[in-house]
Amino acid sequence: MSAATRADVCAVACADLFADDGEILASPMGTMPLIGARLARLTSNPDLLISDGEAYLLAETPPIGGSSPLEGWLPYGKVFDVVAAGTRHVVMGANQVDRFGNQNISCLGEHAQPKRQMFGSRGAPGNTVNHRTSYWVAKHAARLFVPAVDVVSGVGYDRALAAAGRFHDVHRVVTNLAVLDFATADHSMRIASVHPGVTVEQVQAETGFPLVRDDVTTTREPTDEELRLLGEVLDPKGYREKEVPNP
Amino acid sequence: MRDKRAGLDEAVSGLRDGMTIGIGGWGSRRKPMALVRAILQTPVRDLTLVSFGGPDVGLLCAAGKLRELVFGFVSLDSVPYDPHFVRARQSGSISVRELDEGMVVAGLRAAGQRLPFLPIRAGLGSDVMTYYPGIRTVRSPYDDGEELVAMPALPLDMAFVHLNRADAHGNAAYLGPDPYFDDLFCLAAAHRVVSCEQIVTTADLVAAAPPQALLLNRMMVDAVVETPNGAHFTSCVPDYGRDEAFQREYAAAAADLEAWPAFAAEHGFAPFSAPRGADLGSSKVQSGGGGGR
Repeated sequence: MSAATRADVCAVACADLFADDGEILASPMGTMPLIGARLARLTSNPDLLISDGEAYLLAETPPIGGSSPLEGWLPYGKVFDVVAAGTRHVVMGANQVDRFGNQNISCLGEHAQPKRQMFGSRGAPGNTVNHRTSYWVAKHAARLFVPAVDVVSGVGYDRALAAAGRFHDVHRVVTNLAVLDFATADHSMRIASVHPGVTVEQVQAETGFPLVRDDVTTTREPTDEELRLLGEVLDPKGYREKEVPNP
Repeated sequence: MRDKRAGLDEAVSGLRDGMTIGIGGWGSRRKPMALVRAILQTPVRDLTLVSFGGPDVGLLCAAGKLRELVFGFVSLDSVPYDPHFVRARQSGSISVRELDEGMVVAGLRAAGQRLPFLPIRAGLGSDVMTYYPGIRTVRSPYDDGEELVAMPALPLDMAFVHLNRADAHGNAAYLGPDPYFDDLFCLAAAHRVVSCEQIVTTADLVAAAPPQALLLNRMMVDAVVETPNGAHFTSCVPDYGRDEAFQREYAAAAADLEAWPAFAAEHGFAPFSAPRGADLGSSKVQSGGGGGR
């Protein structure tokens, strides 16, 4: 077990996002969530559907960059149908996240003339009011975890009122330091667990708003089987280590 | 049956200042780049563009063609951001109606169905509502009473899409894995232009593609342009994939104001430049002759 790196812990924390999802579509954005979704399918949730990131559903669970026989077709038009049906768990990135889980991937500064333009809102507004959404942050930092995001792309709990809240389910934020969730009375962000070797104080110091810090546990270590799957099957080239270097 | 074959200049000759146009494809995938080049070389200005944005957006920004962009995202996929679009936003040179991607789909679908709006859950609680003046919600008239976004129709004056194969009458097929929303762009538009890798006979068209891939029928198309390699440098599988090396060069040049003019001139991205003394104030200026070249 001592062989587990921080990246391994992150990959397993991303896999655990999907553990209870059942037979739904996993839509992981980015390397670590992708490894996590595939690890979940090989361990906790074999019913999970995964795609090639283009238009096909994969019958097998290939490594990063690998190919697989197909089991279905899911072009963008059908993905929007899945979003509306709610049978999907997306893990998005974020340029900013606030204490109620609002996420910004649109732009920084004033919307009319931003200081920094990013993608635009993409599918974040629709994802967050239709089905379970989690976030992956490879470098936990106070300039990303801000008191208030500049633009609300993904909807957080304070905005998920009335109709917007009907199917709203921002699940967790996994970072290189910790797993955060919103299991508090007012749905403000809480440290669910810190990764092995990380302190609660360290996470708070890298976060631009106060985190609820009751009952913080330690993120679980990967099992031997998970380490084998990560190292030999899913990511033999170690892309996860490039995203999260071992401290 | 009508022969709708046209040249590039003819296909874009209907453009007028202030029009709303749609460009098909998705990100840096199956964009009608030959048609985009043709648009760049017209004197048209003040366009409103609806796009699942890729380099089409950046190039039209760089050429000063856009007044407004209606979009969910702009990305080159393997390169996250288009530098021209970033510059246009950060300098405030274009205005935007930023939407959730699904809202763009709903707006095109509403336009195609001649509906004023379609209800959608996407948008509720997010800032796409804040920055879209005039967008409204609608309450279900049934017992649930649920409040939803009333996504306004996005009617287009012209649509430009690129498919793998077409016949001379406007029937067209995609041969890759994803139709994107090219059918919705055509249904939403008053005048529809499809470019394709190859114009074939109707018999060859239906032989080349499974029936489900015959995305456009001739009711949906006004002009067909044969443009081999016409989506380059974006992907047009299975005819060709994205030219990643070229896209990297594009992105590097687009990020460098000094380098861009030479790159643009070399690759046909240079915008129309007015002949000395030309009157560009009139909306009657015709682009058909490609006067700037």
